[in-house]
Amino acid sequence: MGPLVTNGIISQNTDFLMAFFIGIGFGFILESSGFSSSRKLVGVFYGYDTVVLKVFFTAAITGMIGLLFLSLFGWLDLDLVYINPTYMYSTIAGGIIMGAGFILGGFCPGTGFCAAAIGKIDAIFFIVGLFLGVFIFAEGYPLWESFYKARYLGIPTLSQVLGLKDGIVVLGIIVVAMGMFYVGEWAEKKFPRAEY
Amino acid sequence: MKESMQKQSGKRYLNPYLGGVLLGLVLITANFVSGRGLGASGALKSTVISVMNTVAPAHTEKATFYKEYAEEHPGKPMKAWLVFEMLGVLTGAFLSGALFRRLKLKVEHSPKITSRRRIIFAVLGGVLFGFGSQMGRGCTSGSALSGMAVLSYQGFISMAFIFGTAYALAYFVRKNWI
Repeated sequence: MGPLVTNGIISQNTDFLMAFFIGIGFGFILESSGFSSSRKLVGVFYGYDTVVLKVFFTAAITGMIGLLFLSLFGWLDLDLVYINPTYMYSTIAGGIIMGAGFILGGFCPGTGFCAAAIGKIDAIFFIVGLFLGVFIFAEGYPLWESFYKARYLGIPTLSQVLGLKDGIVVLGIIVVAMGMFYVGEWAEKKFPRAEY
Repeated sequence: MKESMQKQSGKRYLNPYLGGVLLGLVLITANFVSGRGLGASGALKSTVISVMNTVAPAHTEKATFYKEYAEEHPGKPMKAWLVFEMLGVLTGAFLSGALFRRLKLKVEHSPKITSRRRIIFAVLGGVLFGFGSQMGRGCTSGSALSGMAVLSYQGFISMAFIFGTAYALAYFVRKNWI
């Protein structure tokens, strides 16, 4: 049955309309969870507010469990779902650069747009920076093209890399997430602060 | 709806675990409907390419980055799933801000720093995040969150290095935040 667009159940234009509605849900939830505040987001790196950790990992494990069950029921063909390819070097380098951008700028791209939508001027400047960063990458592309495409491992899943079943891996991640939630709750009590 | 949400959280914001489950359901919906996860930085890329195609068509016809994109994505760059999704994100965030009375023009920063300093760091952080999202083939939403949900190996590496680096550098910029 799913994915609906891949299986021709909905047209590509309907898919774009659905993308808009999915985006509304995404933006609404991010903003109402407090992701439109850079000081709240960055709190996770100092321990005074771990909302990022809680929302991010709850969403990830909900997504994992949901997709596994949809596949189990035969409602969604996971072979037709996009899985991010693994280019080892550029993934690591990109992650490091994004991490630096996160702690300096206080947003990631999605949250920056949410914050700009409710009038945060710092977020508008962050977005200007984002466009500039993408532009620099595009214009300097010949300089890092070979690095960008190096160490291509295909499209492995974590379960394939570990040689375990998907369900076991998801169970392990749930246990790790629960441990992190526990640490997060502890940290918020230890480093209290006012709500932003 | 507003009252029930405030009751559940007891604060101004949604309970983070409830927010996480709802976000997870949106992510499942995206995969079920469109066979893909959520994202943000892809829309930036589409916009930059579209602008460059308009202002410097002679340049984009021969520069490798734009040529590769045109080969992989025939058609108009702005007619992309992530562009429509990001328009939704702006709309959804605005609706939530309006509903919870958070619509306000301001520069948010720690009382210990000036607005000017906050803005300089915001631009600098944006440049790095924008560049890194292209290098890493996706940002926190597209690579880390959506990647992890489909158990992509890349998603987990991306998540570990984004968060790991931010933790490693947090001490050095603590004045900006605490």
